[in-house]
Amino acid sequence: MFKILDKKLLAPSIYMMEVEAPRLASAAKPGQFLVVRDDEKGERVPLTISDFDASKGSVEMVIQTIGASTMKMCEKEPGDAFADVLGPLGCPSEFTAMSDEQLKSTRFLFIAGGVGAAPVYPQAKYLFQRGARVDVIMGAKSAGMLIYEEKMSKVCDNLFICTDDGSKGFHGLVTAKAKELVAEGRVYDQAVAIGPMIMMKFAALTLKELAIPLTVSLNTLMVDATGMCGACRVTVGGRTRFACVEGPEFNAYEVDFDEAMRRQTMYRDIEGHDREDYIEHHKCNIR
Amino acid sequence: MANKIPRVPVREQDPKVRATNFEEVCYGYNSEEAMLEASRCLECKKPGCVSQCPVGINIPAFVREVREGNFSEAAHIIAQDSSLPAVCGRVCPQETQCEGKCILGVKGEPVAIGKLERFVADWSRENGGVPLEKKPSLGIKVAVVGSGPAGLACATDLAKNGYDVTIFEVLHKAGGVLQYGIPEFRLPKSKVVEPEIENLIKLGVKIETDVIVGRTVTIDELMTKEHFAAVFIGSGAGLPRFMNIPGENLNGVVSANEFLTRNNLMKAYDSSYATPIYAGRKTVVVGGGNVAMDAARTALRLGADVTIVYRRTEVELPARVEEVHHAKEEGVKFAMLTNPVEVLGNEKGWVTGIRCIRMELGEPDESGRRSPVPVEGSEFDMECDVVIMSLGTSPNPLIAATTPGLETNRKGCIVVGENVETTREGVFAGGDAVTGAATVILAMGAGRRAAAEIHKKLSTEQQ
Ligand SMILES: Cc1cc2nc3c(=O)[nH]c(=O)nc-3n(C[C@H](O)[C@H](O)[C@H](O)COP(=O)(O)OP(=O)(O)OC[C@H]3O[C@@H](n4cnc5c(N)ncnc54)[C@H](O)[C@@H]3O)c2cc1C
Ligand SMILES: Cc1cc2nc3c(=O)[nH]c(=O)nc-3n(C[C@H](O)[C@H](O)[C@H](O)COP(=O)(O)OP(=O)(O)OC[C@H]3O[C@@H](n4cnc5c(N)ncnc54)[C@H](O)[C@@H]3O)c2cc1C
Ligand code: SF4
Ligand code: SF4
Ligand code: FES
Repeated sequence: MFKILDKKLLAPSIYMMEVEAPRLASAAKPGQFLVVRDDEKGERVPLTISDFDASKGSVEMVIQTIGASTMKMCEKEPGDAFADVLGPLGCPSEFTAMSDEQLKSTRFLFIAGGVGAAPVYPQAKYLFQRGARVDVIMGAKSAGMLIYEEKMSKVCDNLFICTDDGSKGFHGLVTAKAKELVAEGRVYDQAVAIGPMIMMKFAALTLKELAIPLTVSLNTLMVDATGMCGACRVTVGGRTRFACVEGPEFNAYEVDFDEAMRRQTMYRDIEGHDREDYIEHHKCNIR
Repeated sequence: MANKIPRVPVREQDPKVRATNFEEVCYGYNSEEAMLEASRCLECKKPGCVSQCPVGINIPAFVREVREGNFSEAAHIIAQDSSLPAVCGRVCPQETQCEGKCILGVKGEPVAIGKLERFVADWSRENGGVPLEKKPSLGIKVAVVGSGPAGLACATDLAKNGYDVTIFEVLHKAGGVLQYGIPEFRLPKSKVVEPEIENLIKLGVKIETDVIVGRTVTIDELMTKEHFAAVFIGSGAGLPRFMNIPGENLNGVVSANEFLTRNNLMKAYDSSYATPIYAGRKTVVVGGGNVAMDAARTALRLGADVTIVYRRTEVELPARVEEVHHAKEEGVKFAMLTNPVEVLGNEKGWVTGIRCIRMELGEPDESGRRSPVPVEGSEFDMECDVVIMSLGTSPNPLIAATTPGLETNRKGCIVVGENVETTREGVFAGGDAVTGAATVILAMGAGRRAAAEIHKKLSTEQQ
């Protein structure tokens, strides 16, 4: 069992949970994820490691309640425990192999959409602490849906907020903001976009025009997340790859996003029923 | 002396009934049936059966005890060579192993060695089991990676010899393929698999689930930081193969591993569990091994109309004969000498069918089996909405990739020497991780062999 140490409501239906997992905390690197199973009957849910503290032996995750499993997870309180927390999984971000010297002369642009801010945070933190130049564009539907704003502002040179409704920061999409920054004369050597698949697809189209190399983190369906089932397969550069072990980060320009988006919906009809069932039969305190 | 009676039939669930549930198909023998069947054995001086059992169980000796009704004695005899008899009695391919060389098989039917072994193991478990004897603690730590039959057997023997053993398992449940792969209707989990794990815990073995060796902790860290004197790698061969044909990433195409993991490990067949599964209405399973049979019979139980597509003929099917027979009884259809060339889909990206080509058998290949060759121009389409790919598996490369100096061969299998030590000193390996996908009994034997070698090495170092 993995004890929940802390829980915070970050925005409507988005929670931060801190969990005791000493082995995981001391091995985690930016770009990696974990798998949580809330109880004996639960699903294995993949979530990015949004922060980790080896000395405290804890990891943080940010969970958006989407379906029955994430809703049930978010009903737990500090002092409760998850049945399983496995990780770190997947490959660390490519830049973790670069020397501090190299990092100092590299300019990064992060594009975070919605809960994508959570996985971006440990990456920005890692780079900023090592002296890289880090700009972050963070987008959400509205001001109330922004998460990690305060934390993020401490680990980057510039934080640009975008909202779809203009309630805060730039009124418009993260891709439009990226274009604007480049038009202003800012230069980036490497970009990373993490968020909903559709946002990553459009980020890829935009950044290709701007000729900036782009990495994306793919949130495919997963079962074991250890390379045993192939549920997570994606086509990258014309080849089938397993996102859980060969990813989750890939070169955006090689990813078949349309296929990836389609594969995400494979269980939607069945899962859709679950969600209605769940809301019907449980007094839900999380909306 | 031996009877001239025919092989005692084993009671099974009615095919029509069992096609709709996940309870065990075969009920096994009761005492009378077992004693009667045991009386058929000729107690050969040079028993062919023993020579074909990969772990050399003293078959005539245990069968004699069964005949006499000394079931506890029989269990002790089996325990000398096997630590998982309730499992092997159920899943060994007996027809090519022990029973394949039984002298009675020449003219009639071989002794039902597997069914007898299963009977003895079940009887023994229900009557307190073979007592676990354990030597005093040596205070030496050994790590076992993976809790499949190889890891379980290795841990058992090491613990009995007084080692302080910890098993690291990536999944949330111990058992390896016995837990996530082989379905309940062939190998009941709470009745057969879990008691084996509980026995290990009684022996003092610690099991840490949710640890992926290579990522959560590396082999080097286990040895240097956590002071494990030796490591056994029994990580299996879990990486599924695909065909690399067009349409393979359509919605509705899954690997047998995914399908079986959802059903067995995640218990998707029970609606009180959260994990979804989609078995389809018309389902095609590609492949002919045990894994394909298990996937087909699982889909059938979940309500699908199932056809197995296999590129050779029934004679070459690598699955256990009993499973093929059971699958047919339950209503699984077989399309032999047929090979998929493309998965067909609709505009929504869902599978609508599979395009196949007919095959004929050509010259024998290296394995001695006649290799199938496509019949030109014979393509035809089969309608279906789910395709389950069951084309074999290979070892997961993660451990090798994160353990400097650990050599693997062309097929990704870990290389071991005479004493089953890998190219890294103090690191041993066995089971599917070394051989590629094989059998439970071979994995178990490899685990025991490694335990003996680890003991030999560590006890000479102690002197
Ligand atoms: C590597 C990785 C990292 C992730 N990191 C995070 C994270 O940090 N925070 C977070 O909140 N979520 C993250 N996710 C997504 C998260 O795993 C899913 O939201 C979760 O599995 C949904 O489970 P559920 O049972 O609540 O919803 P379900 O009932 O399973 O699904 C509800 C709906 O969401 C769709 N859906 C299911 N899984 C996904 C998915 N992976 N992506 C998009 N849609 C999906 C379904 O098709 C369905 O329509 C990550 C996924 C991966 C693979
Ligand atoms: C569906 C199916 C049906 C089968 N039917 C039969 C049958 O009828 N008869 C028969 O004899 N054989 C059968 N087999 C084959 C048999 O199950 C295997 O040969 C046997 O289980 C191999 O044992 P193992 O211990 O080497 O590996 P596994 O049983 O594969 O166990 C390996 C374990 O290691 C774990 N692991 C892997 N990597 C790591 C890591 N990095 N860190 C920690 N843990 C890790 C895995 O999660 C797994 O639990 C079948 C196989 C399948 C898949
Ligand atoms: S272990 Fe397998 S091969 Fe050996 S006697 Fe038992 S069933 Fe036969
Ligand atoms: S070969 Fe058959 S008859 Fe002979 S000892 Fe073995 S089981 Fe008995
Ligand atoms: S999730 Fe099973 S192989 Fe990636």
